[in-house]
Amino acid sequence: MAMFMPLAQAVSENLKNGDSAAFEGFTHLIPTAAAHEAIRQGFRDLTLIRMTPDLIYDQMIGMGMVRKMVFSYVGNPGVGLLRRARDAIENGYPRDLEIEEHSHAGMANAYEAGAAGLPFAAFRGYLGAELARVTPTIKSVTCPFTGEVLAAVPALRPDVSFIHAQKADRKGNVLVEGIVGVQKEAVLAAKRAVVTVEEVVDDFDDLHPNLCVLPSWTITAIAVVPGGAHPSYAHGHYVRDNAAYVAWDEIAADRERFAAWMQENVIEATPEDFAGRVKHLRKAA
Amino acid sequence: MSGNGNTQAFTPGEMMTIAASRALKGEDVCFVGIGAPSAACNVARLTHAPDITLIYESGTIGTAPDVLPLSIGDGELCDTAVTTVPVPEMFRYWLQGGRVSIGFLGAAQLDRFGNINTTVIGDYAHPKTRLPGGGGAPEIASSAGEIYITMAQSKRGMVDKIDFYTSFGHGEGGDHRQRLGITTAGPTLLITDLAIWKPDPVTKEFTVVSLHPGVTRQQVADTCGWTVRFAEELAETPAPTELELKTLRDLQARTKAAHAAAN
Repeated sequence: MAMFMPLAQAVSENLKNGDSAAFEGFTHLIPTAAAHEAIRQGFRDLTLIRMTPDLIYDQMIGMGMVRKMVFSYVGNPGVGLLRRARDAIENGYPRDLEIEEHSHAGMANAYEAGAAGLPFAAFRGYLGAELARVTPTIKSVTCPFTGEVLAAVPALRPDVSFIHAQKADRKGNVLVEGIVGVQKEAVLAAKRAVVTVEEVVDDFDDLHPNLCVLPSWTITAIAVVPGGAHPSYAHGHYVRDNAAYVAWDEIAADRERFAAWMQENVIEATPEDFAGRVKHLRKAA
Repeated sequence: MSGNGNTQAFTPGEMMTIAASRALKGEDVCFVGIGAPSAACNVARLTHAPDITLIYESGTIGTAPDVLPLSIGDGELCDTAVTTVPVPEMFRYWLQGGRVSIGFLGAAQLDRFGNINTTVIGDYAHPKTRLPGGGGAPEIASSAGEIYITMAQSKRGMVDKIDFYTSFGHGEGGDHRQRLGITTAGPTLLITDLAIWKPDPVTKEFTVVSLHPGVTRQQVADTCGWTVRFAEELAETPAPTELELKTLRDLQARTKAAHAAAN
């Protein structure tokens, strides 16, 4: 059953040095507060998994916490490139970064296989694509019925997955609304799952029966962090802080400016600071 | 640039977006790639193809945004969609399942056979510039019925040899797709800021079939990294109509205002 606890405890009890960890969210509901807590606690040698590594992976890579990244699109969404990740891949700064690169279809299938308890996923993919040459975990399998050769990728099974969601009820069931991305699969594929939520409500009795609800017993820990997805958005709560994404492009372009920004906005900040960061973004949601 | 016989001036970028929008039909199910394709797809929806189904890889199906999204996962796309599905379902049932007629892609690097690189400039293991990568594009390129590509011309972008095959077009040309077991048509249309290109039926090399108003062959050749082939009968792309230009400009103005207001 999910336990409600402060974010610092949820992170310290569920993330370890050397873990494989997924902080998932597909442009929407990015678990920024959880990532910042992991940065404050200073974990090392992580293998980070994510379809769309964005600002939070740029930050963790820039802080030297990451040994390896498994991903399918390493960009600042709607803005451009990720400059800390580039510095690591192109120059080995602040440390060498091993990469395992897939397509979105490959990652999505691999998460689904993890959630389904399968060892690998088969799908029609990577046809003529050079990723199949450079990524050793992209292999092929022949259909025993038709003879068609399909792409095969190993299931993703993170040690821990972190997601952000709109609501939990008092029993610890979690509601994800809007663009749901790959969060359900990331939670069900992981050994442990930590969820930050915007708010806690008494119950989900008045919800549409088919909404995306993760039952309490699929989740390890829940922390209430209003604004915890900033600068991404939480559908129905606040909109994307586009200025922050644009600003990040400049902050991350310079190693020293990046370090100063991290010190001020992450190391010396708290989860409670997130509510203030989304205050001006609530009216438009 | 001025439009031949058209009272309104327009930019090469506007001509590109509008020419690209004209290629889409109301019955199309179009998987909209990141960047330039998004404006073209929405202009099509707001002009001659109101019934078009636009799909973004965030899982939004049949979306009709009032303003252009900042990214492929904006809340506006979800709010206006017929339905929003999880990302694994998007790629498995809808794209792989053969439900998408057109994949509309942009490109950082493109070659004459419609192969696209959005992964690295330089060597993969030691890149000069690490680009974002493929995202959804590698499977869009092989699973969508056909592929339209739109990009502004430049010698850096349109190159003799791409550094990495992110998304497979016609490979080395001819029947290369069939030889790999790919059953879809691949790139059938390229719309740049200067011209409309179609693949040669046999060699599959992109050939200029129509020049935008006021554009010369020399301009096309000077901004392309391979030796350009022109069709024997070269057409002139009709200039944007008043309605097309107004629709595009209104969409861009609404987009600018909405995103400024949100911040």
